[in-house]
Amino acid sequence: MAQRIKPLLLRYGPLLTTFAIFLLAYFIGGRLYPAMQRPQVFFNLFINDSSLLLVAIGMTMVILSGGGGIDLSVGGVIALTSTASAALLRSGVSPYIVIPLMIVMGVAFGAFMGWIIQTLKVQPFIATLMGLYFTRGLAYIISLTSVTITDPVYKNLALTLIYIPFIPNAYVYPTTLVAPLVLLVAIYLSFFTRFGRTLYAMGNNEQSALLMGLSVARTKIGVYAFSGFCSAMAGIVFSMSLLAGYGQFATGMELDAIASVVMGGTALSGGVGNVIGTLFGVLIHGTIVSILQFNGTLSSWWTRIGVGVLTLIFIGIQSLFYMRKKHS
Amino acid sequence: MTEAKNIVKMLGIAKSFPGVVALEDVDFSLRAGEIHALMGENGAGKSTLIKVLTGVEQPDQGTIELDGKLVQVRSPQHSQELGISTVYQEVNLCTNISVAENIMLGHEPYRFGSIHWRKLNELAQRAVNRLNIDIDVTQPLENYSVAIQQMVAITRALEVLSAKVLILDEPTSSLDMHETNLLFDLMRKLKNEGIGIIFITHFLAQVYQIADRITVLRNGKLVGTYETSSLPRVELVAKMLGRSLTELDALSKEKSHEEEKKDKQHLVEAKGLGRTGSLKPVDLELSASEVLGIAGSLGSGRTELAGLIFGIDTPNHGSLIVGGEKVNTFSPLESLKRGIALCPEDRKAEGIVGDLTIRENIILALQARYGWFKFLSMQKQSEIAKKYIQLLGIVTPSPEQLVRNLSGGNQQKVILARWLATNPKVLILDEPTRGIDVGAKTEIQKLVVQLAEEGKSCVFISSELEEVLRVSDRIAVLRDRTKVAEYSGNVDDQTLIHTMAGEL
Amino acid sequence: MKQTSVLKRISESRLLWPLVAWIIILIFDAIVEPGFFELGIIDDPVYGKHLYGNLVDIFNNGAPLMLVAIGMTLVIATGGIDLSVGAVIAISAAMGAVLINPALGNQLITNDILTKNATNTPLPLIILADLAAGTLCGLWNGLLVSRAKIQPMVATLILMVAGRGIAQLITNGQIMTIYYTPYFWFGNGYILGLPVSIYIVAVVLLLAWLLVRKTAIGLFIESVGINAKSTYYSGINEQNVKLLAYMFCGFCGAIAGLILSSYVHSADGNNNGLNYELDAILAVVMGGTLMTGGRFSLFASVIGAVVIWTFTVTVYSLGVPANALLAAKAVLVLVVILLYSDYTRRWINRFFERRGPQHGTTN
Repeated sequence: MAQRIKPLLLRYGPLLTTFAIFLLAYFIGGRLYPAMQRPQVFFNLFINDSSLLLVAIGMTMVILSGGGGIDLSVGGVIALTSTASAALLRSGVSPYIVIPLMIVMGVAFGAFMGWIIQTLKVQPFIATLMGLYFTRGLAYIISLTSVTITDPVYKNLALTLIYIPFIPNAYVYPTTLVAPLVLLVAIYLSFFTRFGRTLYAMGNNEQSALLMGLSVARTKIGVYAFSGFCSAMAGIVFSMSLLAGYGQFATGMELDAIASVVMGGTALSGGVGNVIGTLFGVLIHGTIVSILQFNGTLSSWWTRIGVGVLTLIFIGIQSLFYMRKKHS
Repeated sequence: MTEAKNIVKMLGIAKSFPGVVALEDVDFSLRAGEIHALMGENGAGKSTLIKVLTGVEQPDQGTIELDGKLVQVRSPQHSQELGISTVYQEVNLCTNISVAENIMLGHEPYRFGSIHWRKLNELAQRAVNRLNIDIDVTQPLENYSVAIQQMVAITRALEVLSAKVLILDEPTSSLDMHETNLLFDLMRKLKNEGIGIIFITHFLAQVYQIADRITVLRNGKLVGTYETSSLPRVELVAKMLGRSLTELDALSKEKSHEEEKKDKQHLVEAKGLGRTGSLKPVDLELSASEVLGIAGSLGSGRTELAGLIFGIDTPNHGSLIVGGEKVNTFSPLESLKRGIALCPEDRKAEGIVGDLTIRENIILALQARYGWFKFLSMQKQSEIAKKYIQLLGIVTPSPEQLVRNLSGGNQQKVILARWLATNPKVLILDEPTRGIDVGAKTEIQKLVVQLAEEGKSCVFISSELEEVLRVSDRIAVLRDRTKVAEYSGNVDDQTLIHTMAGEL
Repeated sequence: MKQTSVLKRISESRLLWPLVAWIIILIFDAIVEPGFFELGIIDDPVYGKHLYGNLVDIFNNGAPLMLVAIGMTLVIATGGIDLSVGAVIAISAAMGAVLINPALGNQLITNDILTKNATNTPLPLIILADLAAGTLCGLWNGLLVSRAKIQPMVATLILMVAGRGIAQLITNGQIMTIYYTPYFWFGNGYILGLPVSIYIVAVVLLLAWLLVRKTAIGLFIESVGINAKSTYYSGINEQNVKLLAYMFCGFCGAIAGLILSSYVHSADGNNNGLNYELDAILAVVMGGTLMTGGRFSLFASVIGAVVIWTFTVTVYSLGVPANALLAAKAVLVLVVILLYSDYTRRWINRFFERRGPQHGTTN
């Protein structure tokens, strides 16, 4: 019996740990601040961290593909999407054109970065770091200051309350539903398509994947395109939630996303982990922010530092786990 | 029974690279339902021939026929489509996903736009059962040993890629005897089904156990193709070395006059030295003025032993005594200070620093000993570099050439020079002649014997028995990650082979 | 044959391309804006007679970038990267400001307390604390990379984001203005007519050069960057080599922060050193150091920094908005990386194929 448990533990260990830590953090929060026990607080996690969850999903897929895969441009794409949307809406373009346009832009940009990484063999972090500066730079060119969005469609999607059945006083917004939907798409891609399985194979051993005849090049470009898609969606949701477009949106979100992915059990080296873990990683991040908010006295700078330290701890735990796996 | 037909026929294959003729007018044929061993020393051209067959390289001359039809193998993908599959030593599968997935990767069954997992697992389990491999295909590949992983790779080749030709590149190097027998059972089963198998190996005993025919290459040329049953082992060895039987005899007697040196001081003593997971406890002594050969197949623990003595890894069992003192800190720098040197197995990854010049590569270890602040003057560096370039016969227009532009043999010499410059008392060489042309090989072997005569202790690790026999005063045999025997340098290769195979 | 080898030597010299780029920009400036190169001597009431003009500004304002480029060169040469240099600048500036401020503590700082030309801590101690803070940040990064074996990108990304939080903590979230006049000397003073900052850069450059070329450290750094494993097997403590590189980079960042905050008389946790990592990487890449590590040239990186700063000044003086610069620079970095990459090299080789394979690898 013990024999059967050990491999199971090693395999699902990281995911279980993440889930446990989330429960623990939430529990501690509830104990410290009774106001946190309201069900709405849980749904607020999804409301407030909608964009983070979206980019973290894209980030997960990119990191899974291995070879140092990472996407540092996520914050920049959000900023660019928000300012571009705001500018377009302000000049009268219909939101039914703006939204698909932003998505196309995100996908195209992501694919372009993927192409630079795959074909021109530029290291992912350099290519996407440049992508970050480029997109944020473009956002600043469009407008240095914040641009308000007054479009009625956007306003509706941002402010309509959707009440949760069976739970009193609990609601979410339409924009909140986007991230969980994309999560389902990501789960489908990861576990039920050749694209996703190629990602896992590449992340483990790109050479083997090539020799096995998998279309590694296309998949690599594709995964960055998917990340671009997620970032664009995140930008749309962001601009809807705040009803504004601003070049300074989402600064530092790349680290939050990486932190969430790592906390969710995905290894930075690729091939191990999944988007479900990332969901819990984001929830943990949100819980900590909530606790800090409820506390009220600690300055928000501590969040930045806190996230940094937590990421570190999780990377450490991860390498321990994988070290033990190797030796067993 | 009609004569078995050729599934593969290669005629007059020639292939050259800048500065090196890899293959010259080589013929090779493979019949359906046969196991055909391809043999030759390192650098003989075996891997190039296979690369040509599998489309990794294009031949300069010659033709390839598959099932009687002329073909041009454009790429590895193409060769797979043509029914040729290769299973490499480093099993090219993905360990993080299940066995079933590895088998079906790229050919997964779909249903309603998504992967049909149940069917995938069923197909894979059926494939594996058919080949009498008893495993649970839903488990991640990394849960299984390398031997099983290899068989999974073979399953994939046969079931998913419909291979008619299976190339096995050194498959038994990391297998123990039981696993090797399992593999051989599988191979015989496939042979009976009409699959043609090319078996690349340097294990003579195994060749005689399983191969129907043997093709020997030497220096890029075909020596001959023989029926196993009509080629005695000693003749095979002779053909691989290119020497006549009498020459071989004479060679091994060359060093016997050195043997009678008593009173050798122990420079290094390993007592129960071991490290969990890489080496079981080993006792070993290295004495001055001798060459200790270490024989054993890949995976027997040779490199790990070298790594422990040199301090790359820290042992958690037993002790190491160097020059009478027990070693407490294990690091290359420590070993360097104590006069131990190691030429590592993987020249490219662990030996050369490719973008540095020859001069910089040569003085690197010496400078490491001097530390960060006592920088060797440029004049001194040039002096040392020139000295060893001449001494070892390194072929280069100048010491400022980048090491990555040198041939394999010259790169090996540069690494050797690096360590000789530190004037070590103990020099460990791990596969020093691998992938080197025969001329350079002999030079290095002679050098090793000479160094021993000058008073050093040399440890010579090689998978080529002939080499080990040629240079060693004593030979230790490793198997299954521990030392199993020690012989004098005059032992015959039969004994060695049997010990390595676990039969003694 | 001899002639081509001299030409080849020049073309392969790391200093060539950055110099060429700089000269091109200067020529462009000379044509478009004839007054660009005007140099004059003015008699400043505080700092005495000194040179004055665009060129002087380039070197004075570009000094922090030149310093960061020096540090970054060593880190990249070991095969790593330091994304936290901007944050280190902010932390160092914050430390300087806080140590000066006569009213320490968590109390909300009001203006009448601040406007004293006084300091809580003697200047030498401030400088020491500054340098220590930066070097400590470098130590932190270096330990994460060399001991904990975390990818440099991730390891320094943590400090890049958390570091700004630390800087904000130190200044209590405020932009602190500095009134202590001796502190201004670093960014605004002049010695023999030239800005102090240039001298500082020269000293640091000399120090760095001595450290890497007159000791074995330079060779070890290059060796680690090219092949860390082989270097380790040769008896070199590659962990400590990397650690040193990161510490030195932090050290350089600290000095840069000192000069910067001295120049603007303030410390701003959010904006000090913003996007410096981008410029620093660009400078190092222009200087011919590969992103994967290996051979490097400190001088070439410094020239690269000068090129970037000249480019920036040119762009500003042409009236192009600052925000456009960020996007342009991003494209520029990528282009430069590509130009120096293997891909381009092979493409060029194919172009000049008529000479036949000269550098072919044999194996």
